[in-house]
Amino acid sequence: MAGELVLLDFWPSPFGMRSRIALAEKGIPYEYREEDLRNKSDLLLQMNPVHKKIPVLIHNGKPVCESVIQVQYIDEVWHDKAPLIPSDPYQRAVARFWVDFIDKKIYELGSKIWKTKGEEQANAKKEFIECLKLLEGELGDKTYFGGESLGYVDVALVPFYSWFYAYEKCGDFSIEAECPKMIAWVKRCMQKESVAKSLPDQEKVYEFILQLKKIFGIE
Amino acid sequence: MGEVKLVGTWVSPYTYRIKWALKLKGIAFDYIEEDLCNKSALLLQYNPIHKKVPVFFHGGKPICESMVIIEYIEETWPHNPLLPTDPYERAMLRFWIKYAEDKGPSMWMVGEGQHKAEQNSLEMLKIIEEKALGDKKFFGGDNISMLDIVLGLGHWLGGEKLLEAHKLRRLHVWLKNFKQVPVIKEDLPDLDAMLAYLRRQREMSPATH
Repeated sequence: MAGELVLLDFWPSPFGMRSRIALAEKGIPYEYREEDLRNKSDLLLQMNPVHKKIPVLIHNGKPVCESVIQVQYIDEVWHDKAPLIPSDPYQRAVARFWVDFIDKKIYELGSKIWKTKGEEQANAKKEFIECLKLLEGELGDKTYFGGESLGYVDVALVPFYSWFYAYEKCGDFSIEAECPKMIAWVKRCMQKESVAKSLPDQEKVYEFILQLKKIFGIE
Repeated sequence: MGEVKLVGTWVSPYTYRIKWALKLKGIAFDYIEEDLCNKSALLLQYNPIHKKVPVFFHGGKPICESMVIIEYIEETWPHNPLLPTDPYERAMLRFWIKYAEDKGPSMWMVGEGQHKAEQNSLEMLKIIEEKALGDKKFFGGDNISMLDIVLGLGHWLGGEKLLEAHKLRRLHVWLKNFKQVPVIKEDLPDLDAMLAYLRRQREMSPATH
């Protein structure tokens, strides 16, 4: 069942982090390979010819692309260890709805925060906080979105925490001040080794964003 | 197990996806037509985040977003499966579903007179034809899968004519076969009536969704 497992990834990618966390939660050994996105490897181009993007999970030579699909695949194949997706169909639907919401909103709004200025940035910040508040509502009084243990929504969302410092610096605002429950949840997640080891340092991510801004000519 | 209800609109391909999935599995349901120009209190209460149709209810519990709904239907009523059982095959199908969802109507922009959009569309359709369909009858093999249902969007966007004109033979045959499946055939909107309705809507209130 285990076979050979390779993850083609890029250290600041929140999408790659999702798969890292899922594999770590289940204690599954794998080979991590860092990709240089300005010089993509032949393997990456061969394994993801349609999108040419990371992360790509290669299991016994066969590629699984798209982070959300990878997490579902990992959960299905290694279903007996640390299940991430609820077993009840209705709870699964609720979890899927929120992962879909995170995918539609968080990355794009976050990108706008560091890429833009003025009114566009202000609107992005406002909507970003609104989205986090909706997620806080869904979390409620639970320890994790998954209840007592990390679940699908936790794994999908927590990687973006590594970008929060960058968003805050670029947008000149405090996410903790607006969404304290969210940060409290993040801190609980970060106490788990699977999460702490899968997320890069926030300052490093901020430095990376500053470099990107230079490259793209964004002030 | 509880009552099944679907709130939708007769012009939306997303509503039809759910109807088709339910009918393919022989599940009885109540259908409620929603007037999108005058959204009901029911819709706003059960889909406060997106305020869209379709909204699906099972035993009174609401589910939103068509693909989330279809996965729920598949898990709750696993007979006449719409997804493969093998995890890898499933991951592949989900990959193509995401591809089709992300591209949406832009996959069917052939013949719109905009050269670049047309070129992009043709490329996407060729990729789907070659890598997802191959020589199979349906994307699911001998039977319809979730991916076939999602790509039914082509019907709304003049798919048959486009595929024929651009010699995407396998996709053209696929769409014809798809529309011949009894559950699909008996539940396809009349395109002329739909276009007329949408035109009237645009004339009445251009800012509506």
